[in-house]
Amino acid sequence: MKTIKSEDISIVLCGPAGQGIQTAEKLMVSILRKAGHNIFATKEYMSRVRGGSNSITIRVSSKPVSALIDRMDILIPLDRDALKHVSHRISHETVLIGEKEKLMPDVEKLPCRILDIPLSKLAKETGGIIYSNVITVGIISGLFQIEKSLVHSCVKKSFNQKEKEIIDRNLNAIDKGIDTASDFSSDLTIDIKAKKEPEIGKEMILNGGEAVSLGAVAGGCHFIASYPMTPSTPVLTFLAQHAETFHVIAEQAEDEIAAINMALGASYAGARSMVTTSGGGFALMVESLSLAGMLETPIVIHLAQRPGPATGLPTRTEQGDLLFALHAGHGEFPRVIFAPGTLEDGFFLTQKAFNLADQYQIPVFILTDQYFIDSYYNIPKLDLSKIKNQEYIIKTGQNYIRYAPSKNGISPRGIPGYGDGLVVVDSDEHDEEGHITESSHVRTNMVNKRLKKMDALIREALPPEWIGPKDCETLVICWGSTVHIVFESVRNVNLEKMAVLHFKQVYPIAPSVSDLIKKPKRLVMVENNATAQFAQIIKTQLNIDIPIKLLKYDGLAFSVEELTQRLKKVNL
Amino acid sequence: MDINSYDIGNIDIAWCPGCGNFTIWKVLKETLSELDLEPREVVIVSGIGQAAKMPHYLKCHTFNGLHGRSLPPATGIKAVNPKLTVIAESGDGDMYGEGGNHFIHTIRRNPNIINIVHNNMVYGLTKGQASPTSQLGFVTPVQVNGVILEPLNPITVAIALNASFVARTSTVDTDQMKMIFKKAIQHKGYALVDVFHPCVSFNKINTYQWFRENTYYLEKSYDPKNKFDAFKRASETEKLPLGIFYINRDKSSFEESLNVYQESNESLFSRHAELSRLQEFINKKKEE
Repeated sequence: MKTIKSEDISIVLCGPAGQGIQTAEKLMVSILRKAGHNIFATKEYMSRVRGGSNSITIRVSSKPVSALIDRMDILIPLDRDALKHVSHRISHETVLIGEKEKLMPDVEKLPCRILDIPLSKLAKETGGIIYSNVITVGIISGLFQIEKSLVHSCVKKSFNQKEKEIIDRNLNAIDKGIDTASDFSSDLTIDIKAKKEPEIGKEMILNGGEAVSLGAVAGGCHFIASYPMTPSTPVLTFLAQHAETFHVIAEQAEDEIAAINMALGASYAGARSMVTTSGGGFALMVESLSLAGMLETPIVIHLAQRPGPATGLPTRTEQGDLLFALHAGHGEFPRVIFAPGTLEDGFFLTQKAFNLADQYQIPVFILTDQYFIDSYYNIPKLDLSKIKNQEYIIKTGQNYIRYAPSKNGISPRGIPGYGDGLVVVDSDEHDEEGHITESSHVRTNMVNKRLKKMDALIREALPPEWIGPKDCETLVICWGSTVHIVFESVRNVNLEKMAVLHFKQVYPIAPSVSDLIKKPKRLVMVENNATAQFAQIIKTQLNIDIPIKLLKYDGLAFSVEELTQRLKKVNL
Repeated sequence: MDINSYDIGNIDIAWCPGCGNFTIWKVLKETLSELDLEPREVVIVSGIGQAAKMPHYLKCHTFNGLHGRSLPPATGIKAVNPKLTVIAESGDGDMYGEGGNHFIHTIRRNPNIINIVHNNMVYGLTKGQASPTSQLGFVTPVQVNGVILEPLNPITVAIALNASFVARTSTVDTDQMKMIFKKAIQHKGYALVDVFHPCVSFNKINTYQWFRENTYYLEKSYDPKNKFDAFKRASETEKLPLGIFYINRDKSSFEESLNVYQESNESLFSRHAELSRLQEFINKKKEE
């Protein structure tokens, strides 16, 4: 009996942290991808360095896929706890690859089929138990009928920093896996229908954290200061590791307050600057966000959301900080919030954020979440020819004043050390020269000047993307990281009568949206939070009620199956 | 350079008559002129408080930020444009209280900036509460039974953290203050100058007279390179020494250690997005 026939296979690796699960994942993905499969992968993990149970879901598919699914076609559990961790996802169609004896007794109660592999014995023959993960990668390579030479070249590349003896042992382990797969008796053969396209093998794999980081480089970011906080840290790490190549100062500050203040100093001195942080860290930055508003000093804030309040679920996902980002900071001042959905959004919106921040001299947010940051898939390219960076800094003359009046609220921005003028900025209310004032008249003018920028920001707001039929009956509205999940779920339910409206700019909202969402009979909001925060923004900004809200706030992203079921109920 | 280069003209100054801030203000303007630094080469970064208003009263680039937060922006400014002379100045409450964490870690980071702290041992702008350096027993509207918290000694803290330049002066002696300001500006690395000065409105204990009677100068033969001697002298409480306690020239500055200045010493503001390098990176990524 052939168990799996799909063109879209999901492989789940589950096991304790620090036991080589990541090495296996990386190697497996590189092999499958080089062979020409489309790949999507996402992980969920515990807030600990060793032990526990973490899982990685890898989708291998003929067509590009980029959404989380519950279904497990192949499960590779590294220990008994892993079985418990993913038991709700195991079905009679799941094929479990592992050593039965090590998974007893729980494994016998499961409905799935089991390919019992003597992993310990094979690993010992190779050189030690640590090779068992590589053996399973070999089994997967065998099942997907990937050429041995390609598999070997991936192994060599993956271990190229190691001694020859280690590389040989890994090659040996891989071969044992491949041989094992070919030994499966015919009734257990897995019929993999996922097609290979050589062109796909030439694409690049990118995760959300990299997309944002590369976008920052593309936008001319030369300064990042931050304090490590999951899930926002990958952006700091990336820019630190490539500081020399891309001319970036990447500094780990003593706390988030220092981080944003350093970035504001750097920005005042003329470097495009950013911070990357998460809920609690951003809470510490809030006073200085308001400072950015007062000084009119540009800054890009990457806020990677995780569930709160307080420490919440540090390694999990949520879209719970939208209203926080919108309302953070005492006083009234303009801002823009982008929320990327695709990896391309992550790249191009971040690049745009730096230009917008500089043009309007305001804080611009990139609002992501753990799901977005830690998910990856293959994309054909990032077209750099589309990138335009505009310079907004002026060379000052002797009589330069920082806050000169202007029609659109934007005063020419000079920086110290470029020109003959002096650049005076002050967190107190200030006059046109930047000096402290208590004049009511000046105060009123300055508030008006700062808020005036909103006019143009609203005009320039990115419209949401409409995916599906224009004359749909049901419009499913979403924002940020959920786009792929929502789209795939809608496709499962009824693509003829349902469409998706995805917002990648969540504040301010493009004025055209009012007309767009008045037409469909039924509006549904999908949000990864408990209070439908974006629906609240739509209500306040456009005075439109969205009656049906599909919300999730258990710390996990929606899966396609879950959302499909919930949408079906709505669509009855 | 003209001694009046830093004068800003006829302005309304918010300090109380007789305040020590006037002395620091005057000496700083003279120091900068005498060092032939143009106002456009100097950035003063301050926090909030009476002392922090100073950059509004002289000609220079100004970043008057938030309470307690002058050191991080100063670090950022200097890192982006090392050619600028960057001075972070504020009062004792701002630098040692609200900004205490930045004080510690800026010393560790060692940017080439000057940190002037107006230390009058009291909060002025909020009207007379205890500051981190207020003496034990100092009675205020809030500390009604007198201060019970151990006063912070910024000099010993800085020496313990191996700061690269640590000095204390007082508004009683403007010549010494100017000498120390000059050395601090010329020093490469973080330089702390704690300046004793009276608050004529809210501190009736630590007056001009008190500072005159309770301070003395480190002797000419004193060697500021010895950390343990420095710590010992800085720990004295009977009479408080003035002068340069500690200099450590072996440390490299924060800016010197940054990767961005390995290939070029061009200020960061004049560099553009590295698009060709980004393209190379993306091409390589495809081969991974």
